[in-house]
Amino acid sequence: MYIAPEKTRTPSGGQGASRRELIVGAALVGGSLLVGCSPADIMGAGAPKTDFGAFGPFIKIDADGAVTVMNKHQEMGQGNHAGLSAIVAEEMDADWSTVKVQHAAANAKVYANSLMGVQGTGGSTAIANSWMQLRTAGATARAMFVQAAADAWKVPAAEVTVKDGVVSHASGKSAQFGDLLADAAKVTPPKSVKLKDPKDFTLIGTERVRRKDSLAKATGQARYTQDVYLPDMLTAVVAHAPRFGGKVKSFDDTAARKVPGVVDVFAIATGVAVVANGVYAARKGREALKVEWDDAKAESRSSAEMLADYHRIARGELTPSDDKWAPFTTKGDATGQFDGTDVLHATYDFPYLAHATMEPMNCVAQVDGSKCKLTYGAQGHSLDQMAAAMVVVNLPGAIEIETLFAGGSFGRRSSWDSDYVVEAVQIAKHVGRFRPVKLVWTREDDMTAGHYRPMAHHAVAVKVGKDGYPAAWRHRVVVQSFAKASPMMASMMVKNNVDSTTVEGTAGSPYLAATPVVDAQVFTPHSPVTTLWWRSVGATHTAPVMEHTIDQLAARAKIDPVEYRRELYRRAGEAGARHLAVLNLAVEKAGWGTLEDGWTRGVAVHESFGSVVANVCEAKVIDGEPRVRKVTVAVDCGIAIAPNQIAAQMEGGTCYGLSAALFGQVTLDKGRPQQTNFDTYRVLRQNEAPQVETWIVPSAHPPSGVGEPGTPVIMASLPNALFAATGKPVSSFPLVKA
Amino acid sequence: MSIELEINGVKRQVAAEADTPLLWVLRDELHMTGTKYGCGVAQCGACTVHLDGQPVRSCQTPVGSVGAGKITTIEGLGGTHPLQASWVKHDVPQCGYCQSGQIMSAAALLAATPKPTDADIDAAMSGNLCRCGAYQRIRAAIKDASGELAVTAKA
Repeated sequence: MYIAPEKTRTPSGGQGASRRELIVGAALVGGSLLVGCSPADIMGAGAPKTDFGAFGPFIKIDADGAVTVMNKHQEMGQGNHAGLSAIVAEEMDADWSTVKVQHAAANAKVYANSLMGVQGTGGSTAIANSWMQLRTAGATARAMFVQAAADAWKVPAAEVTVKDGVVSHASGKSAQFGDLLADAAKVTPPKSVKLKDPKDFTLIGTERVRRKDSLAKATGQARYTQDVYLPDMLTAVVAHAPRFGGKVKSFDDTAARKVPGVVDVFAIATGVAVVANGVYAARKGREALKVEWDDAKAESRSSAEMLADYHRIARGELTPSDDKWAPFTTKGDATGQFDGTDVLHATYDFPYLAHATMEPMNCVAQVDGSKCKLTYGAQGHSLDQMAAAMVVVNLPGAIEIETLFAGGSFGRRSSWDSDYVVEAVQIAKHVGRFRPVKLVWTREDDMTAGHYRPMAHHAVAVKVGKDGYPAAWRHRVVVQSFAKASPMMASMMVKNNVDSTTVEGTAGSPYLAATPVVDAQVFTPHSPVTTLWWRSVGATHTAPVMEHTIDQLAARAKIDPVEYRRELYRRAGEAGARHLAVLNLAVEKAGWGTLEDGWTRGVAVHESFGSVVANVCEAKVIDGEPRVRKVTVAVDCGIAIAPNQIAAQMEGGTCYGLSAALFGQVTLDKGRPQQTNFDTYRVLRQNEAPQVETWIVPSAHPPSGVGEPGTPVIMASLPNALFAATGKPVSSFPLVKA
Repeated sequence: MSIELEINGVKRQVAAEADTPLLWVLRDELHMTGTKYGCGVAQCGACTVHLDGQPVRSCQTPVGSVGAGKITTIEGLGGTHPLQASWVKHDVPQCGYCQSGQIMSAAALLAATPKPTDADIDAAMSGNLCRCGAYQRIRAAIKDASGELAVTAKA
């Protein structure tokens, strides 16, 4: 039996643990010859020796006293530049208005994610894993300034105070950080420091914690991978196989080489690279290229055929030999429980989803022999270092990474196979001489390159007790596993044949905790179509399944869906306590009950990554399409560091989830993706975006993430609002059929 | 071929084929990186610039078609446009990649319609995608800046 770790309220949450395991796995496999080393030691092997200065690897202080916080994570929009630097500023009592933040170098030895073991951003862990680390760093730096002042003024350190970057003593003496910098840098850092009592925070939790990058991003000055122009730089595009699993059989580059600006054409592992002066010439060169593809091992089915197979698997009519059913939650004896008339049956279909970041994937690489530098929006630093190291034959830590802003990720920039990074390194290796090469994926490359949120099918049967509540719950999930796509990941992420990312959110659900008999199993068929985590990962399908099933059960029992949930959370005990709190807050702030003019309300609650989110949405079908006008969100994410940015993540996460629920789908025709750009992959636009209002549950618990947990809840509350209007349950996504 | 362009009030000579999209001339020839590539087919708005004051998608504007038209890019707003202050005040950006295009579309909207209604904003801004979903802050920032613009106009 698999028990999801969410309920233990570890800062990592369920998925954080999965990613941690994944990357530890990568490290262990990569460093299998280095028995006894930590993952960070292995991934950091070969890293240049760096003098980080007196205040350590996270804090730099200029001569004028301005504090710069080094962000070991990727700022891809989620606001961690603000949250992480605020943690340092709080404990340091620095002047927040002058605090700066920048991306740190790749170096697993000092910048490992403490919940992963190596450097990387994901699982909504940036704040959670940095919380104690950056508080300690800030408090240590503060203590050094206090000691320097005490020594200079010949007063007891205990009498020295710090506020907004000014160090003072009751005698009237005061100094800026800059004035004391030289002396403070000579103070031996204390071995242990006293951290603030959270009730004494003056910055954390206030509206003052705002983004540090808004001006740069409002003026076009923020630097993304696409914006890198280095002397003598070349631009590369790649002709990729039209089908997943396809390979180059042969190619004719005669015409391509005649295109003005094209410098070279050559095969790499994933296709044919065209290297040119600039994007336009490279693309023209690719258009002139003739490639014959070998589709012998490629996916040739349509997504509709694949989904039909998933249905047959769930019904027990088909059992592909590449997997077997794996129980993930089992309680009581389910035999014969689901044959009667007192059983609710519900099935759900979910399509492949592209991340569709605004900035398509890209990477600037320079290679000379085994020397390699990468400049890009790095998210999975250590994994990418290892993948690049394998191409150039070097130690992972020796791969230099300069991290830039990412124009969105939603999981995409941290891929388990470092796909676009490896392409860039292979091309730069061929070019050689450390000449910079910018690999540019077009929107079409990006959208057809897979690494999708996996397609999924759920079949649920719930035996209803005389009181109207679940007496027995049978759950079958059929979904691709990206962990099982790689033997390395499978060895670490898959336990008892269960990839936790395929079932998280059903596993660990308070509804299953409240149900006496449970038989929940997952089957993961294989396909060459690559899949990946996609903002909130397993919750993208488990949240709508669990929450929409609950609304159908409530309707069957003729009990209000809010009351129905409250009762189940009470029955679930501790497993439902935080759910009950966010539900009550959301309903209190949103209101509940009948609306005018055919608008209906829907509610949903879901826990992911250690945070619990509820929302109430107001929806109506207008001109044949569901519209959502308002969403009221309640979130419990532990101590709220940056309330304004928590709200921003609830707003954005809601839009991201709503976009997928309404429109998102990649379909395959004979193995080929049918959606290639925003004209066919429809996403939410300004005129379709709801007003989102965010309420934060006060908490004294350590902070958990907010980047992902807002996303899956709207995917459930919207179907519930539509069900309230029509009485017809939703069984497939997207809701708007193309 | 050599083409003369007027960009942000400055005449620039570029060497480019006439069918090259203005986007790639701005970026790859002039290294003016504020204008972003998002889709290449005028579906996302990240590449929005002004041509004689009108918002256009530079990815679908052949450089040879620009002629004597005056081009304004995000760099041409100078960081002092009321929308840019409003964008900061509301912390609109998340990843930020679409924001140059959002602001250029919004600037054209306010120039034509100083006090836009929600319907005006829908009509002018629905061609600009934001995958981070900053839509409600974009709307709020436009409305806020429209007040500021009105004040500036009076002064």
